[in-house]
Amino acid sequence: MTGEGLTESCPGRCPRLCRSSVALLVIFLSSCSGSQSALDPAGPEASRVAHLFFVMLFGGAVIWVAVVAALIYASRKKNAHSEESAGRVILWCGAILPSAILCALLSYGMWLMPAIRPWVPDDQPVRRIEVTGEQFWWRVRYLDETGKTLFETANEVRIPVGEPTHFALKAADVIHSFWVPSLGGKMDMIPGRTNPLALQADREGIYNGVCAEFCGESHALMAFRVRAVAAADYEAWLSERSAETRTNGLADAEGLAVFLKNGCGACHAISGTAANGRIGPDLTAFGERNTLAAGTLPHTAEDIARFIADPAKIKPGVRMPHFGMLQEADIQRMAAFLKELK
Amino acid sequence: MKSFIPREVESLWTLFTAPIVWAVHFVVCYGAVAVYCAKTAMLGFEFSTMRIILGGFTVVALGMIVLAAYLAWRQWGFGSGDPPHDEATRQDRALFQGFATLLLSGLSFVAVVYVAIPLIFIAECQR
Repeated sequence: MTGEGLTESCPGRCPRLCRSSVALLVIFLSSCSGSQSALDPAGPEASRVAHLFFVMLFGGAVIWVAVVAALIYASRKKNAHSEESAGRVILWCGAILPSAILCALLSYGMWLMPAIRPWVPDDQPVRRIEVTGEQFWWRVRYLDETGKTLFETANEVRIPVGEPTHFALKAADVIHSFWVPSLGGKMDMIPGRTNPLALQADREGIYNGVCAEFCGESHALMAFRVRAVAAADYEAWLSERSAETRTNGLADAEGLAVFLKNGCGACHAISGTAANGRIGPDLTAFGERNTLAAGTLPHTAEDIARFIADPAKIKPGVRMPHFGMLQEADIQRMAAFLKELK
Repeated sequence: MKSFIPREVESLWTLFTAPIVWAVHFVVCYGAVAVYCAKTAMLGFEFSTMRIILGGFTVVALGMIVLAAYLAWRQWGFGSGDPPHDEATRQDRALFQGFATLLLSGLSFVAVVYVAIPLIFIAECQR
């Protein structure tokens, strides 16, 4: 059946196809924006990565159009070209032009590299944060100028807007990769090594980060948030969190007692309490976080209770044992207590 | 007077000259920079000096490849005959080898340039 025959037999087909194509295009294009898109940059490094992508896209499109045009020309050309002119085409289009294009692309990539991956010397006074990838969450330590830990948190990183933050990236078990597409390229986290990365956000907002290296069963459930705030707000938050003891949320003495009674403090720490475990995520300001279980669940008391009862059901391979054997009232009490930790 | 240009020899070894220069250049560039960046304190000279040394080595490598290409071109009869040179004769064998060596020299020249491009843009070690 010819194309014309198809159109005649299904008169509504073409408009439907067009509408579907436009709808699909809109869906694809809308996925280019948002808090986890390298095509919607929020910092200088990500801007350069996006620029590189668009240059490559444009160049690739031009070459593709040229190849298709040559193919159409060749299929319609009746008389064959001479062997000599065909040889010239092979020499120029098959060897010289590709070599020149590759040379230009390599030079362009090399020229961009220092700006894409800015280097912060160890002695330069910048904000320093140590992030350690663990199966399947992120241990975050805020450091002072001397490299001493001010305090620890997990699965959420807060940075000041308009200045570079230096990340020291480590891994505790297997290889992970730290990637915040809106702020920059990814950097591997390798056990036994400390890899440096400097990121800067130019506007306030919450940006999603992911683990970009397969690290086990729940690799796809190992996300985090980067919260970029004004420098003054960051400074105030840093001072407040650096204080040794905290009282917010700890008014719920009953919730804390249930938490301690069930041994949660052996793995988790809450500043200012007897809970000082270092195996699992620090829960000191747990209620401030936007998500639960490293970006897996919304941060609600119901979801906290679900996670306490059976973490492996939500996050396969997680090291936290299930606490479904506890009384439902205790689980609910702990979830409410944790939700209020701010 | 003895000529600087080697006399024509029929040996398969000439075919490998340019790729070997490319391989040696690659290993020396990557090895030298890796050792320099790991042992900077011991070596006591700037990275720019390392770039100049490797730049000079690149010029030497390119010169050797150009010489190999010239010898191949000569063996090919300076382009007097077209490929495929597939007759079972001594002359066709030599012409084929000359043409193949010339093409390999071109590939090696481009590859050495690509290996050397980072020397222009990378200005320091990053640890």
